[in-house]
Amino acid sequence: MFKERTAIRVDGSTVFVRVVGYGVIGFFALACLLPFLLVIGTSLTSERSIARHGFNLWPREFSTFAYKIVFQNPDLIIGSYYVTIGITAVGTIAGLFIVAMTGYALQRPDFHYRNRISFFIYFTTLFSGGLVPFYLLVNQYLALKDNYLAVLLPGLMSPFLIIMMKSFVRSIPHAITESAKIDGAGDFRIFLRLILPMTTPALATIGLFIAIGYWNEWYNAMLFLSPNMKYRTLQLFLYTVVTSADYVKNSSAASNVPLRDLPLESMKMATAVVATGPVILLYPFVQRFFIKGITVGAVKG
Amino acid sequence: MSASSSASPSAAATAAADRPALAARRGRSPFRMLVANRTLLLMCFPAIAFFVIFSYLPMPGLYLAFIQYNYTDGIFHSPFVHWQNFRFLVMTGDLWRLTFNTIAYNLVFILLGNAVQIAVAIFLNELRSRWFKKVAQSLMFLPYFMSFVLIGLIAYNILSYDYGLLNGFLKAIGADPVKTYSNPHIWPFIIVITFLWQSTGYGSIVYFAAVMGLDSEIVEASQIDGANALQRIRYIVLPWLKPTFIILLLFSLGGVLRGNFGLFYNLVGANNTSLYATTDIIETYVFRSLMTNFNFSMGSAVSLYQSVFGFFVVLSANWLVKRLSPENSLF
Repeated sequence: MFKERTAIRVDGSTVFVRVVGYGVIGFFALACLLPFLLVIGTSLTSERSIARHGFNLWPREFSTFAYKIVFQNPDLIIGSYYVTIGITAVGTIAGLFIVAMTGYALQRPDFHYRNRISFFIYFTTLFSGGLVPFYLLVNQYLALKDNYLAVLLPGLMSPFLIIMMKSFVRSIPHAITESAKIDGAGDFRIFLRLILPMTTPALATIGLFIAIGYWNEWYNAMLFLSPNMKYRTLQLFLYTVVTSADYVKNSSAASNVPLRDLPLESMKMATAVVATGPVILLYPFVQRFFIKGITVGAVKG
Repeated sequence: MSASSSASPSAAATAAADRPALAARRGRSPFRMLVANRTLLLMCFPAIAFFVIFSYLPMPGLYLAFIQYNYTDGIFHSPFVHWQNFRFLVMTGDLWRLTFNTIAYNLVFILLGNAVQIAVAIFLNELRSRWFKKVAQSLMFLPYFMSFVLIGLIAYNILSYDYGLLNGFLKAIGADPVKTYSNPHIWPFIIVITFLWQSTGYGSIVYFAAVMGLDSEIVEASQIDGANALQRIRYIVLPWLKPTFIILLLFSLGGVLRGNFGLFYNLVGANNTSLYATTDIIETYVFRSLMTNFNFSMGSAVSLYQSVFGFFVVLSANWLVKRLSPENSLF
């Protein structure tokens, strides 16, 4: 009885910490949400209202004109969507498979070369050739300029993900591998049939890390996919809409709206909404996998 | 591997700790070791090939730092200029500015970032409403998923001189609007705030997990002894988080010379020269030397300096980790 009472006793400082806590956390959480609402709000505001009152969270003058213009010439968006979805799907499946396979092999206590290979992979985070040699390699020596592979291949894996996978696999008792071997199963079969199904939470986490990397990819795309390519990645498309005047001119011509009547600002925001939408919609369902992965992966493998 | 183990099932059943002995019994010849491990080696092969191609092959390319690269002569026939590129970087003051900016930003990111992450984790833990906690954590985590392109656009939404939310607010209260995009002195604040905004939710997860790992009996005991919430945080939770903090701190210090290209590039813009004094970091400089100035050698010189300097920073950080907590050291 006494214990229970002390456990729920609420003194002044507890109240203080809770009030401050609710305040700080609530404020911060709102600060993380509002900017996205600002983008949505601006995309739905008429250009005239923006010119007069600036950007606003809540549209003063509601208008879907920007979306009309964006969708009047949807070819580029749809093409970029296809490119990004394709790269994300292929890259995530291939990358996930390789990361899982490598993580499992490197975690096997009876694998003679595990420390050497782990260090070989880890060393790449300590020392790097930098951007220029990397660019020359991909661009000239691998000849992947204007090739989607230049975006797909570098995003397949990272030392961080392999280390994370190792930490996950470590929680599976080695005895499972051992007993399967007694039954005559080969290493690859053990991995494919036994380990892989047991690590689905890990695969979900790592797969999402890879997928979000591809979905947000604009850096390699900017380096290796020249504007000669009609369809580049979605985020690079957004970047072009935001920064280049050419796109605006093209959409003016395509939509038969004179340049000065084009809703420049709200168009940028509408494109951002269209390019980000799926991530926001999927986010509530996938974020818990990330939280789990970070907790495991943060502790060094 | 499978063939040899099925030949000696009793040996395969021994515990993992006996493995070296087993290997020794099988013979130490490197070739036999290779054969015995062939499947696992093959499973590692795609990853090894990946890192050889995308990480190791570019490394010798740092030779570019010592030549005056031009496109027609290529890497092998461009004139060799010894340390001239480095001398140029030192003389123009570029190297100092880049080093200072990169390190200063990273130090603020690391120290302030960890402090905010710890505060958020502790506060989250003190809250009682599970619903509120869950929603708040999801929302704080959201910016981490957004591309830097979108984050740059959001910043423009707030900071734009003509339409931005900030100037709208300033005008509404009768103050003068600020020309954010041509005033270098505000940018350290903008960049740090954006960084905190984007990374706190992500970073606090590790600390939150650590706080949750705190033995509830210790907390209860302290309450019976009459400790209030502030005392509990001060004398139990913070000391409990200290090892996690030190390890994360040292790990991130190892990367103190690596800048966050996406953050700086998308916030500042590609060609906003008036802001370089306070916003140019190593990554943005190298990117410009590649894509804008086509000065491949100068970019490589900066990269080489970054890699070598950074390598020694990591070694020192790891040496410290090893002394403080050997089980957490990297190598």
